[in-house]
Amino acid sequence: MIFVSQFISFGIERFPPPDFEPGTYTMPQATKPLPRAHYWEYIDMALLLLALSLASYFVHKKRSRKHIFWLALFSIFYFGFIRKGCVCPIGSIQNVTLALFNNGYLVPFSVVFFFLLPLMFTLFFGRTFCAAVCPLGAIQDIVVWKPVKIKPWLENGLRIIPFVYLGLAVLFAATGSAFVICEYDPFISFYRLSGSVNMLALGGIFLVIGMFLGRPYCRFFCPYGAILSILSRFSKWNVYLTSEDCVRCQICDVACPYGAIASPTPISQENNPKISRWSIFGVIGLTILLTIGGAYFGGKLSVPFSKVNYVVSLAERIAGEESGKYKGQTDESKTFREKGGSIEELYADALKIRGNFATGGAIFGAFIGLIVGLKLIENRFTPQTNIYEPDRASCVACGRCYSYCPREIVRVRNLFKLRSIKKQE
Amino acid sequence: MTEEQTNKTANRRQFIRGGLRGAALFVFGAVTTLLGLQSRKERTVWQIDPNKCIACSKCATNCVLTPSAVKCVNYFPMCGYCDLCTGYFEPNPNALNTGAENQVCPVGAIIRQALEDPYYEYRIDENVCIGCGKCVVGCVQFGNGSFFLQVRHDKCVNCNECSIAKVCPSDAFVRVPASSPYIFRAKENQS
Repeated sequence: MIFVSQFISFGIERFPPPDFEPGTYTMPQATKPLPRAHYWEYIDMALLLLALSLASYFVHKKRSRKHIFWLALFSIFYFGFIRKGCVCPIGSIQNVTLALFNNGYLVPFSVVFFFLLPLMFTLFFGRTFCAAVCPLGAIQDIVVWKPVKIKPWLENGLRIIPFVYLGLAVLFAATGSAFVICEYDPFISFYRLSGSVNMLALGGIFLVIGMFLGRPYCRFFCPYGAILSILSRFSKWNVYLTSEDCVRCQICDVACPYGAIASPTPISQENNPKISRWSIFGVIGLTILLTIGGAYFGGKLSVPFSKVNYVVSLAERIAGEESGKYKGQTDESKTFREKGGSIEELYADALKIRGNFATGGAIFGAFIGLIVGLKLIENRFTPQTNIYEPDRASCVACGRCYSYCPREIVRVRNLFKLRSIKKQE
Repeated sequence: MTEEQTNKTANRRQFIRGGLRGAALFVFGAVTTLLGLQSRKERTVWQIDPNKCIACSKCATNCVLTPSAVKCVNYFPMCGYCDLCTGYFEPNPNALNTGAENQVCPVGAIIRQALEDPYYEYRIDENVCIGCGKCVVGCVQFGNGSFFLQVRHDKCVNCNECSIAKVCPSDAFVRVPASSPYIFRAKENQS
């Protein structure tokens, strides 16, 4: 086998190609079928812009669930089945990260476009991307059947997972180790109607759970949703029902399958200013502690995390073989040895990458600590409100609540009356 | 809370939101500029560098597609048109004919056709080929090395991260511009 791979890397002309009699034989050309044509990229980008604009229009101007639903079906069809999902805005986080940290990696313009455009729209219109443009969100949105409510503390706790996922995805992409989001994309194999049984099963499980627990991936895993939930907090426009004359009937809360309606704050929170001042210091102090603690433990994770990296795992294997810990060779170590790479250089590279993981891991840990702390602060100091309204961060603008709000129904009816009066005049 | 106070809080909130929005826009601008300096207009696709490939057969099993989008390519100008093709026949075959027991290819994707004596042409039926690379090993070991594995872009769905690239033991998977999506062996590059 060693003999084989010594020559495998280059062709040697052992048998000169025959000279055929002219005209007797035409040598076939090795075909080179081309990938999807270049102009499709522009069609994709134009359709993304169009879909986002339509979604924002349907959510804010039309206020119509029906229109949002049909747009979602279109997104499933085009961005899912036709475009087959890649590169999607969720996955593009990693391309952008890798390009920012690694000068050798050139990111195509369309990928940057797919990453940034939904962010820009969210900044102005809230999460209308999630509502009807994202193929992963859309497919979960249409399977919702009998959604159950989960306890607020559980919901709040689980909503930290997307930030952890985001942190990990950025860490692994920045160190050039792996694209974890793509690897565990639950619906891509469904859109391609092909893929490993595990991934198809994972997608199926998410869809079945999604019938009873609205949008499980979006709410508790999606790393892009984590970014959007931050941006939508200060979006210019957001989904609102009826700010002034809410009758507190709570029907919107029942209608929302995603637990995204914020309830009125209990009166008991208006307590002694002295105590609340102390609790401000307490929670802020805790946040700082969590951040520092997170940084410390995150840095410690560099050894297990860095095993994901190709160079580090190869170096560990080679080191194991050198010290006699492993017997025999893997394909990787054999190739490395036959190519005559320097072991010292490999070790140095691996140590450098592990160093990057130590720094990155510390930042990752600090980030998680900070997010947990901020969640606690938010929980402690929710702004006073006495009405039911969609929560800016977690509302995905599906538009279901509109048709349930009695005030909205009155508003729409009055609008129609006004129109018919105008017509009669 | 009086109305004035409520208005004040609402105004303050709006002001903070506006400020954060501006800050976010600034960050987006910075990211775009940074990436713009090193972005390329054209998208990239995955390809196997045949000079690094060791034909380990992982391409056959790790692609998200079944069968794999990786296929064997015979580059005819390098082919020796041998009667005893080591990419086609098992070592020590019973007979030099198209009997399945004589073939290296597990799926019979190589079509052997007699030309003028003593030459034979070997074509790959890409609809049958699974990209295992067993023929590549044979051809490179004892032949001219005109067989090599390539990602076929009429089949490849161009995953953001190629699942074969992740497990490739010789780091042979590279991103290439979509306009020149194939890397053929050396002779092609020379001519």
